[in-house]
Amino acid sequence: MSEIVENRMNTKPNEDLKIRIDRPWSWKRFFFQWEWLLVIVLLLVILINSLLSPYFLSLNTFISTPATFLDKAFIVFPMMFVIMLGRIDISVASTVAVSAVIMAVSYNMGLPMPLAILLCLITGSLGGAINGLLMVKFKELSFVIITLSTMIIYRGIAYILLGDQASGGFPKWFSFLGWGSILGVPFIVICFIITAVIFGLLLHKTSFGRIVSGMGFNKMTCEYSGIKVNRVTMIVFTLAGLMSGVTAVFLTSRMGSTRPNVAMGYELEVIAMVALGGVSTSGGVGRIAGPILAVYIIGYLSYGMGLANLQAPVVLVVIGLLLIFSVLAIRIRFSVSRKNSAV
Amino acid sequence: MAEKILELKHISKSFPGVKALDEVHFDLMPGEIHGLMGENGAGKSTFIKIITGVHSHDTGEMFINGNLVSFANPMEAQEMGLAAIYQHVTCYPDLTVAENIYMGHEKIKRYSKRIDWNKMFSEAQELLDQLGANFDSHERMGNLSVARQQIVEIAKALSTRAKIIIMDEPTAALTQHESSELYRITEGLRDDGVSIIFISHRIEDIFRLADRVTVFRDSRFIGCWPMEEITQDKLIVAMVGREIIQMFPKRKVPIGEKVLSVENLTRIGYFRNVSLDLHKGEILALTGLVGAGRTEVCESIYGINPSDEGIITFDDHEIVIDSPVTALDAGIGFLPEDRQKQGLILDWEIGKNITLPSLSSFSRYNWLDEGGERLASGQLADKLNVKAGNIFTRASTLSGGNQQKVVVAKILTRNLKVIILDEPTKGVDIKAKTAIYEIIGDLVEQGYGIILISSEMPEVMGMSDRIVVMKEGHVTALLDTSKCTQEEILNAAMVVKTPRTDAAVSEAREG
Amino acid sequence: MVKGKILFTENLRELGLLIFIILLGLLIQLRNPAFLSLSNITSLLTNTSILGILAVGMMLVLITRGIDLSIGAIIAFSGMVSALTVARFPEMPPLLCLAEGMAIGTIIGMLNGILVARFNVLPIIATLGMMNIVRGMTYVVSGGKWVSSYQMSTGFKAIATGKIFGINSLIVTAVFVFVIAGYFVNHTRTGRQIYAVGSNPEAAEVSGLPKRTLVFLAYAIMGGLAGLAGVLWVAKFASAQGDTAAGYELQVIATCILGGVSIAGGVGKLSGLILGTILFGLLNNALPLINVSPFWQMGIQGITIMAAVIANVMVKRNTDRLALRRRLI
Repeated sequence: MSEIVENRMNTKPNEDLKIRIDRPWSWKRFFFQWEWLLVIVLLLVILINSLLSPYFLSLNTFISTPATFLDKAFIVFPMMFVIMLGRIDISVASTVAVSAVIMAVSYNMGLPMPLAILLCLITGSLGGAINGLLMVKFKELSFVIITLSTMIIYRGIAYILLGDQASGGFPKWFSFLGWGSILGVPFIVICFIITAVIFGLLLHKTSFGRIVSGMGFNKMTCEYSGIKVNRVTMIVFTLAGLMSGVTAVFLTSRMGSTRPNVAMGYELEVIAMVALGGVSTSGGVGRIAGPILAVYIIGYLSYGMGLANLQAPVVLVVIGLLLIFSVLAIRIRFSVSRKNSAV
Repeated sequence: MAEKILELKHISKSFPGVKALDEVHFDLMPGEIHGLMGENGAGKSTFIKIITGVHSHDTGEMFINGNLVSFANPMEAQEMGLAAIYQHVTCYPDLTVAENIYMGHEKIKRYSKRIDWNKMFSEAQELLDQLGANFDSHERMGNLSVARQQIVEIAKALSTRAKIIIMDEPTAALTQHESSELYRITEGLRDDGVSIIFISHRIEDIFRLADRVTVFRDSRFIGCWPMEEITQDKLIVAMVGREIIQMFPKRKVPIGEKVLSVENLTRIGYFRNVSLDLHKGEILALTGLVGAGRTEVCESIYGINPSDEGIITFDDHEIVIDSPVTALDAGIGFLPEDRQKQGLILDWEIGKNITLPSLSSFSRYNWLDEGGERLASGQLADKLNVKAGNIFTRASTLSGGNQQKVVVAKILTRNLKVIILDEPTKGVDIKAKTAIYEIIGDLVEQGYGIILISSEMPEVMGMSDRIVVMKEGHVTALLDTSKCTQEEILNAAMVVKTPRTDAAVSEAREG
Repeated sequence: MVKGKILFTENLRELGLLIFIILLGLLIQLRNPAFLSLSNITSLLTNTSILGILAVGMMLVLITRGIDLSIGAIIAFSGMVSALTVARFPEMPPLLCLAEGMAIGTIIGMLNGILVARFNVLPIIATLGMMNIVRGMTYVVSGGKWVSSYQMSTGFKAIATGKIFGINSLIVTAVFVFVIAGYFVNHTRTGRQIYAVGSNPEAAEVSGLPKRTLVFLAYAIMGGLAGLAGVLWVAKFASAQGDTAAGYELQVIATCILGGVSIAGGVGKLSGLILGTILFGLLNNALPLINVSPFWQMGIQGITIMAAVIANVMVKRNTDRLALRRRLI
């Protein structure tokens, strides 16, 4: 019967089927989406911010301000994939640190800056690949223990290389990556948009994205269906490492120098953004729009609290609360929809 | 005549889409061993879960010592003196034997409330000794063999002073010697006045032990007989039913050339020296008791757990299969036994499920052709008669039979020559069963070679061309379906000695 | 005798750990003869006491198949609050300070417990969120300032520097916690049932153990011990800061893993935990003695944990393979 698959081009679409293959439109399903809630929350945040500061509502806020909070947002996408696989990678912040440190050290040892950046990305990818490899080779171990160990090791390597010093002195053009803009749009924002588009297409339009979701729901079924589950795991974790490297580049560019303790706590912010974005921590569920909205919500929230002269620690509290509440809300939402579908 | 210690009348229970029990009766005398038999999916497991309070029944009445009872949870059942020993032992592998026995009702010192370890270990040891076990109560549960774990479970039941003990296929994973140990223990319990419900697939168990036997079939009560009034043949007929034979649309298909042959396949600890071959258009049944190694053999052929030794020849080429990816690429498909855990992604719609094994043929450079995907999955769902409004229906909402059709559709998206079906009709209703048999008939007509793993005797007899029988990890018989009898199959599945029996074990230890 | 043989195999891991510690100790002693002096041993134990106290709580959480990442933050918060109270009321008796810190920690631990046990939030997510909240609160209550030594009463500082029976009070407290914990996990029903829940949660539910309560209890105890550790920490270093003990949870988890506690639940012995604590203290305190740069410390810790974990897996795989061969099919 597999000729069905091969001859599908020749089959007439109007062939009579007892089963419908066009998706029925449902208003309820369209509006019963987590993303609408996020849109409302984002609008609320913007509203409150503009009440706090009359200067907030300007074109600048929407074009330039994101440059202040987008550095870590690059990790959100691969972290989304990792969480969709039903796992969590808490080593990403350490990967950022070790990549940044290696970039700085290699540059100061005489490597040309473009090559140093390349080395930074390679280091990040390698860090992620090691995580993936450990997951695949030691299936008995939980992701918690693996990424916890590598989290300590990667940060430890950063300290070994740099001690407690800072390293910088990068060429002028390097600061362009974090601070420059093209036609008035910050370079980092452009990069973020491109990344978002790439990951969005990867998730929703390719077989890879489909498989990531499938593995999150039921890895065993995927294995029985002839999916190369180990390869997918490796790729997802390597992507997490690669994007940590990207974050390292932008972060270092914005700060002008780097230290072994950079990016402390980034893993939490990233995980919070992914969870707030409606990605279920039990795996499988996730759409690209949610985490993007979550990046902007948390970003503008911190920015607005700065406007209101609230201390940075309050932001920590708010992010923590957001993380817990969004996980609880998603859990409740899914238990409701599961119940409905079971009837 | 003594009063009935347990009686159930008109018990019914439904799950979404399935009637698991339909007006079932059962009664138990004090100090009696009562056998309970039936095919897979006859409703035995649900029945036990109702007695032990895991599920509640929809209609019907349950009496203990003549009093009407109903249990909200397993604890209440335990307080009434009921204990169950499940097929898959539910133990705490990291704790000691004594703690496993007394978990939840630990021995404590009266005033300090601290655990009385000495008393607990010595009383656990007493229970074990009473059961004739020769291991220590300090041993960690995870280090014991399944047989010994089962003895611990029995000791646990005794420690709660259970008057009714339910044993769910306790002999399924035991060797002959271990089984006879268990018989001795069970009879000892009966002589002490405990009533036992003994569930088993092995007819020899029931004839050896039981005073009476009750048979369920297709969720219904078929009958209850004292052992002296029933013969083996009559019991088999009661279990499988007579009319069922007509259900099988076995078609006459010319058998073609050999597609698959397996020689001396071995996976250490699971099966040894398994050889079989399969032709185009042939249905080869692989049968035996649960735990005989049938699924394990096929999972090795399919590459889930690659074998340690042996040669697989496919289409006259020797091939190495190290994962399902290579098996599918070669042309071997597998329908797993647990469709919910291994066959489907329940949260996904039907369409996405169907195309999962063949995503690469629906995508170019990973880019999905969703239109083509929908059309193909729609056609396959249509062809297999999946009952659903559209292909966007979530798989979890389908009935068991329709879920199974979706899993079959998944396999059909690939270009295959051999399909292995592992218990394809387990847990589906009669109508869906017939539909699945129709599909299997279609497949052989198209020239697929099929290996059908099944524990159901009528299915094996009605559908297959040849039968391979396994016992304890070894092939014990290769039979021609048209020339063999049920007795021959049962004999090979239950009686024939394999090298795993005790004489060979001791021989191997010496050698 | 059978029982003796079982005891031997069951404690093989601890024996190996002990031998490793002795060898490591000898090695360090050869490089630096000052290592095995009484004062150095005392300072090693003093510095490791807090770690040991926390490891006990973490062991309980790990046994239930959970994890608690919020303890570093709890230490900072409870330490900060008690330091602020002492700065405000210098006359406050030290025991009351300890009680205050423990109460705060217990409440936060209970919140963790509710999230995990009642709402089934993944432990790593729940405690990661709580870590942020509590850390943020620490800054908020202190207004971003430090509480320094001169603001603390001598009585308060004596919590960590004083001596009981001639032994540093930190060590005494740690020993006290270990003794109580030993009684709890080995001699009470609740303690043993925590192991049961981690060993097989489904079976625990079927046999009617109060699964949720037990998990909740583990987090509450963890929180209480972290609160206690917070007060001890602040008293010991005579300063309370917003970033006190940041990342310390990783060291505690690492200690448990070295001590043979399984992150998969159900497994963990106090004897192993004590040895794990000592080994970790050795790595922390003795490496500088043999001129290992402090910047290498984190890397060495990480590698040690990973090696321990992987070695465990390899041993397990080997025993499983042997068991299969014994099945003689």
